[in-house]
Amino acid sequence: MAIVDSPAPEAVTWIRPSRGWGLPDLGELWRYRELIYFLIWRDVKVRYKQTALGAAWAVIQPLATMGVFSVFFGNLAGVPSDGVEYPLFALAALVPWTFFSQGLIQSSNSLVGSQNLVSKVYFPRLAIPLAAVLAGLVDFLVAFALLLGALAFYRVVPDGRVVWLPLFLLLALVTSLGVGLWLSAWSVRYRDVRYLVPFLAQLWLLATPVAYPASLLSEPWRTVYGINPMAGVVEGFRWALLGTGTGPGPLVLVSAGVALVLLVSGLAVFRRQERTFADLI
Amino acid sequence: MTSPVIRTDRLGKHYRLGEIQRRQDTLRDALSRGARRLVGRRRQKEAAGLWALRDVSLAVEQGEVLGLIGGNGAGKSTLLKILSRITEPTEGEAWVQGRVGSLLEVGTGFHSELTGRENVYLSGAILGMRRAEIDRKFDEIAAFAGVEAHLDTPVKRYSSGQYLRLAFAVAAHLEPEILFVDEVLAVGDAAFQRKCLGKMGDVARQGRTVLFVSHNLVAVEGLCDRVVWLRDGRIAEEGSPGPVIARYLAEAFAPVALQVWDDPATAPGNDRVRLRRAAVRPEGGLPGDPIDVRTPFVFEVEYWNFQPGTRLSVALQLYEEGGVLLFNAGPLQGSPWYDRPFPAGLFRDVCRVPGDLLNNGIHRAELLIVEDQTRAIYRHPELLVFEVRDSVELRGGWFGTWTGVTRPILAWETEQVGVGAERPLEPVEARP
Repeated sequence: MAIVDSPAPEAVTWIRPSRGWGLPDLGELWRYRELIYFLIWRDVKVRYKQTALGAAWAVIQPLATMGVFSVFFGNLAGVPSDGVEYPLFALAALVPWTFFSQGLIQSSNSLVGSQNLVSKVYFPRLAIPLAAVLAGLVDFLVAFALLLGALAFYRVVPDGRVVWLPLFLLLALVTSLGVGLWLSAWSVRYRDVRYLVPFLAQLWLLATPVAYPASLLSEPWRTVYGINPMAGVVEGFRWALLGTGTGPGPLVLVSAGVALVLLVSGLAVFRRQERTFADLI
Repeated sequence: MTSPVIRTDRLGKHYRLGEIQRRQDTLRDALSRGARRLVGRRRQKEAAGLWALRDVSLAVEQGEVLGLIGGNGAGKSTLLKILSRITEPTEGEAWVQGRVGSLLEVGTGFHSELTGRENVYLSGAILGMRRAEIDRKFDEIAAFAGVEAHLDTPVKRYSSGQYLRLAFAVAAHLEPEILFVDEVLAVGDAAFQRKCLGKMGDVARQGRTVLFVSHNLVAVEGLCDRVVWLRDGRIAEEGSPGPVIARYLAEAFAPVALQVWDDPATAPGNDRVRLRRAAVRPEGGLPGDPIDVRTPFVFEVEYWNFQPGTRLSVALQLYEEGGVLLFNAGPLQGSPWYDRPFPAGLFRDVCRVPGDLLNNGIHRAELLIVEDQTRAIYRHPELLVFEVRDSVELRGGWFGTWTGVTRPILAWETEQVGVGAERPLEPVEARP
């Protein structure tokens, strides 16, 4: 009798209408990790194609902003900088800030920019805004090298607190992704998002202690300030690198809590809107 | 007994009215709609909508090639989109077993700034291939597309043919268990269509399952084991291709093979001429009998002339489905009434059209009644509408669209004039 070599049973996809609220299938997202990798790689490859300056743009943006801030806020307005040289004080905040705002802008517009994918092929839609935020990490690393250069220039040597840095970066990432999910999900239905995002990023910059220190506020207001998660990120970066600002404490805890709420609610909103993406986009 | 690899149970997809047209929604619209809803009564939810698909229950067996036919908006593409998970159903359920690939996605995920090589990886990943799998098939894909020399050139510099070939090569190497093909025949040139259909045939022969959506009914009939006809989102009929397609065609197109007007007072025309009868029929048959690409057929027109002494003639203009004028014909010198004054009375013109002239498809005949060979005094568009059917025997194994507005049988001679790879024996000398 012949031995029948039965192939492994193929996974059966069960298709049905989804109802109510829920979170995206993160296991499925993990199975599509190669796709996420390729989408990040595409974003990174394409971002500076046919530009004269290429990846230098990742340096120019925070550097130019630092220059303008130093002249107007540091010198003319005399904004305090917690006893650090103002350019370094500004740059330590601008590097994570640029990562956050780029991630926010790119992920918010990512779904509409991928119309032909969304309407033609299935994969977890979450991969698109996620890849858009993660692709910003490459720019962040380039800008971070600039920040290290500035530290060397001002002869500032970070101490052991620097090990906290990845956590603050993660906080920026979570915030960026959370808001990006909300906005990208809505952008499918309302193209207003395209106009809202740059405006939002601008207001958010003013509401974040980038040009000025959070130490201008006294407790309990400083803790309340943590409602803006980027306040926690920026203060955390300064604390970890320059030894000033607000370290892990009430402000950062509030920031982390808010960021988490943004992420989970963003995932839920995204999941709920996802079912009509292909019909509306 | 094999089990179905695709099963759907009362699948339905509902679109709210306006959801399709109002694609570029803005927040302002939403706010004003919300305000109106607060002030006015709430709209009834069900009434303002459209079921693109309703109560569709079907099972597709392993290895079956299933054709989906139906008019525009019948729900064919919606069904494929639900089964490939691009969009969610509103009601019902479906089960799909195995990897689904689709030739509807040719070129999906291609980025014009990236090189050919980069796009193969990106597009492959988007279509669901693993990186190792793409590595393994890469050379084969590049060879299939014939773009090995340009792999490191951005695809925006490719010709549209190269672009399409590369895109198709990626999709063709996906090796899905289930393949969806949606109207690929409409994309690309004849050679490309041939490639697509060839690939589909390969997939089917390997015992994999194919869902084929097309308006090309010859291809559907030639390739499919079974056909599902969708009408207004519901299954109108399913079964073996021949009979289902025949009934679909009978419904989809209203032929006008015969028109008769007995009363000269109300017949179409004017105070100089009026029509009495128009017909199209196969030679030796009756109006309404089938005409295929091989059949000689006859146009007949009868008309009253009310103004004695007019030098009348008729002109018949035949248009194909796409509105291309195939010919303009009328009685010329040598026909008995050419350039003679017509007395008042009833006249009949008969025009014989040989077989092996027209291509298959719907044809529309327009009639002109002309004075002095130049001035049209009456024109009747769409006087007759008829289908020239295809003839499957004469297609030489090709099921795609037979291009061209005519389809003559021409005299061909093929002979061997050389041996092996040598030069031709003797060039045929031109006569001095």
